[in-house]
Amino acid sequence: MYLARVIGRVVASTMYPGLTGVALQWIQPLDERGAPVSPGSGDALVACAVVGTGPGDLVSFVDGREAALACPETFVPVDASILGYVEQAVSNGQFIGRETGARP
Amino acid sequence: MLIGKVVGSVVATHKDEKLENRKLLVVQVHDQNNKPKDQYVVAIDSVGAGNEDMVLYATGSSARQTTLTENRPCDAVIMAIVDSWDLGGSNVYEKWV
Repeated sequence: MYLARVIGRVVASTMYPGLTGVALQWIQPLDERGAPVSPGSGDALVACAVVGTGPGDLVSFVDGREAALACPETFVPVDASILGYVEQAVSNGQFIGRETGARP
Repeated sequence: MLIGKVVGSVVATHKDEKLENRKLLVVQVHDQNNKPKDQYVVAIDSVGAGNEDMVLYATGSSARQTTLTENRPCDAVIMAIVDSWDLGGSNVYEKWV
């Protein structure tokens, strides 16, 4: 699982049948300092948003086959899912994700 | 998942029999700003996508989690046709304009 920032929303009305109603959001993976992972290895991707996250939120996500297990229907072609909204994360004694996008 | 544009199709008459009757499409990957990347994938279509459609595709073992690709040698599957997306509140792509 990794940390990421939600940066956008995707609308797709034609989806694989088991995925209808699942929200899709662009996420930018973050490194241990809370900065975007360098382009190439950590490009933005689209993930299923199964919890109520929105643009600006700090989130954790899982990639690979396990991502489908977070969806309402688990036999679906999904390789990234947002698992939760992160209130606060600490890495190397540094707090990350307290400022921008924090909910009131 | 990543977003890409369908730029072509693949016809292969001699292939693994488990791939028979599967539609193979060439997808050019786009980034979040809708800028095309120099990166292409061949993916099995599970949603009826066509040429020029913006699509979402899943890769790896997740690609086998459809009735079309289960237990078949496939590592990329198109699983949605994208209508629009926005980034930081501003619209980046809109299909119906």
